[in-house]
Amino acid sequence: MQYFISVLLSGIAVGGQYALIAIGYTMVYGILRLINFAHGDVFMVAGLMGVYFSTVMPMYIAIPLVLVLTVLLGFTIERVAYKPLRTAPRMSVMISAIGVSYFLQNTATYITGGQPLTYPVIPSLAKTVSIAGTPTKMVVLITPVLVILLVLALTQLINRTKVGMAMRAVSRDFETAQLMGVRINTVISVTFVIGSALAAIGSVLYFTCYQAVVPTVGALPGLKAFVAAVFGGIGNIPGAVIGALIIGICENIIKGLPSAWDVSVFSDAFTFALLILVLVFKPTGLFGEKVTDKV
Amino acid sequence: MLKNESKRAGRKAFLGIVILLAGIVVLENLNLWLPSVPSILLPTSQLFVVLKKAAVYSLVAVSMNLLNGFTGLFSLGQAGFMLLGAYTYAILTVPLSVKDQVYYLYGGSAVKFSLPDLFWGIFGSSGAGYAIGLVLAVLIALILAGLVAAGFAYLIGLPVLRLKSDYLAIATLGFAEILRAIFQWQKLGPVTNGANMIKSFPIFSSFNIKSNGATVLYLSTFVPFLIAIICIVLIVLLVNSTYGRAFKAIRDDEVAAEAMGINLAKHKMLSFVVSSFFAGVGGALFAMYVANAQAKVYTTTMTYEILLIVVIGGIGSISGSCIATFLYVACSEWWLRFLDKETVLDGGFQVPLLRNGFRMVVFSVIIMIVVLFFRKGILGDRELPEVIAGWKRKRAKRKEAAQ
Repeated sequence: MQYFISVLLSGIAVGGQYALIAIGYTMVYGILRLINFAHGDVFMVAGLMGVYFSTVMPMYIAIPLVLVLTVLLGFTIERVAYKPLRTAPRMSVMISAIGVSYFLQNTATYITGGQPLTYPVIPSLAKTVSIAGTPTKMVVLITPVLVILLVLALTQLINRTKVGMAMRAVSRDFETAQLMGVRINTVISVTFVIGSALAAIGSVLYFTCYQAVVPTVGALPGLKAFVAAVFGGIGNIPGAVIGALIIGICENIIKGLPSAWDVSVFSDAFTFALLILVLVFKPTGLFGEKVTDKV
Repeated sequence: MLKNESKRAGRKAFLGIVILLAGIVVLENLNLWLPSVPSILLPTSQLFVVLKKAAVYSLVAVSMNLLNGFTGLFSLGQAGFMLLGAYTYAILTVPLSVKDQVYYLYGGSAVKFSLPDLFWGIFGSSGAGYAIGLVLAVLIALILAGLVAAGFAYLIGLPVLRLKSDYLAIATLGFAEILRAIFQWQKLGPVTNGANMIKSFPIFSSFNIKSNGATVLYLSTFVPFLIAIICIVLIVLLVNSTYGRAFKAIRDDEVAAEAMGINLAKHKMLSFVVSSFFAGVGGALFAMYVANAQAKVYTTTMTYEILLIVVIGGIGSISGSCIATFLYVACSEWWLRFLDKETVLDGGFQVPLLRNGFRMVVFSVIIMIVVLFFRKGILGDRELPEVIAGWKRKRAKRKEAAQ
């Protein structure tokens, strides 16, 4: 029982961290119809910055600074790599995203020398608490709460504010929104800013759980977060969160299965199997809207 | 008239290929035939590493181009199919004599035969018999590698090919990741050697002809070139056939193509299966190039690398893919190597930034520049002969204007 609770708790924590990345994916996809392959690497860069800044300044300055710089990075990537391709075919933009991801990973390898770095311990997050007799880290409790708060704030932003209305309009119909006087570039930039900020928050939580930061660390969580976004219905923020939680929990259950079965190697593969099942049987995801293609 | 012209072009291309292959053999063997050669022509030189790797990669790049460039199916599963090919080849060709050694963790292999031994049993294992046995075994293993990849592609294609653009990309990428996990599964260890590498199978240098321990004819660069060229020629023939025209129609407008009576599902599947077949052969060649088969090598990063090559060469241009492969491999393995070395100029000035890893940074910047500013790549969607003919016409026009 205790074992089960601990598996479940860490599953929810990882799921929550995936959710923070997945929101960035799902918002960008909703608006640009682009799988932002570089998003996982933005998350990785946020982790690296956390490591480097924590050595020269206290954590309460470092984390906001990481947040600001990550936002700046996301903004710059959009302006440099995606904006010039606005009218190009979707494939070109996706290739550009892959190029950015390649660039970020290589630059990170260059700067770190390819050595894994250890993320600093944040005492208030890493504190051990016990739930129903199961010892666990504070971050495991904070993550779901934080995710729920952020999602509530985000849905308010999207449903109640002007920029949120613009976002909904752009994701519904790019060109018509433009004709209606929506500043597309601003809306897209705001989307990237929000996505990157959430990725930065996610990185603080994720690396408190898994402390090794390597240049490729963002690739897999990034892909999983994308799967979560697809699973929940792309463009749908609560859907992405639920998808991410399901993936996080399933992954931890598979990892927690008896080692005699030796199936832990499939914890990542499971995510992709899930993706393919969803795509084949319910391509719009759990909560996605049905879209019909017009000729 | 048209037929004659295409015949003439075919003959020209054939001649070109023969000259290229002969040139490779000569280049490789100059160090045997001449008393002294510059170090670049020694068999250990970086030049031959680049040539071998580029030959292998160009086949994979062209196979990806068939799918992405000619049929418009954006698939990111190429590394997975290469993995299938590499493992099929490796499992079938590890000689019996070293099998226990390779699979020592699992107490021997579950595959109790080995193609080379099978043929050596027939033709004898010395002299010409050895050579015939080796060539036949490698040939059959390569074809089987392709067939296994193609078979899996068929199964994967059944559900996945109904998806569109980026969903197709992410689903194929997912399949490649699943395959990688399966091949690393300990329970399959007796077949796949688990997470460990399979090695000691015939590689390119096994084809060097030796007598009394000394090499008399180097063929280790010639072999990958020959196989890659045969495969690429087959792809070119497919692209120029009615099937190829149907592929292009699907790429340009799916709805219109369907209205013209093209069976979308059938042609997409054909393109996917053929592309995977050649990716499988390419994977087997890659295993020969690196002299081992190991699942953790065939990651999405590898697929991205190949995709970037295709983009640099021009999506929809086979000769572009080949040229881009050679440039890409030469840059990454050879010409940009100096960026990785800390360099101190005369006078004690240390060149800034140069240290391990800088090469890849410069490299990815170059790639981003190509992707952003030269979106069509080197050749766009044209082939080399067309481009050269275009140059000639332009020059003739300029001459006319000058007169």
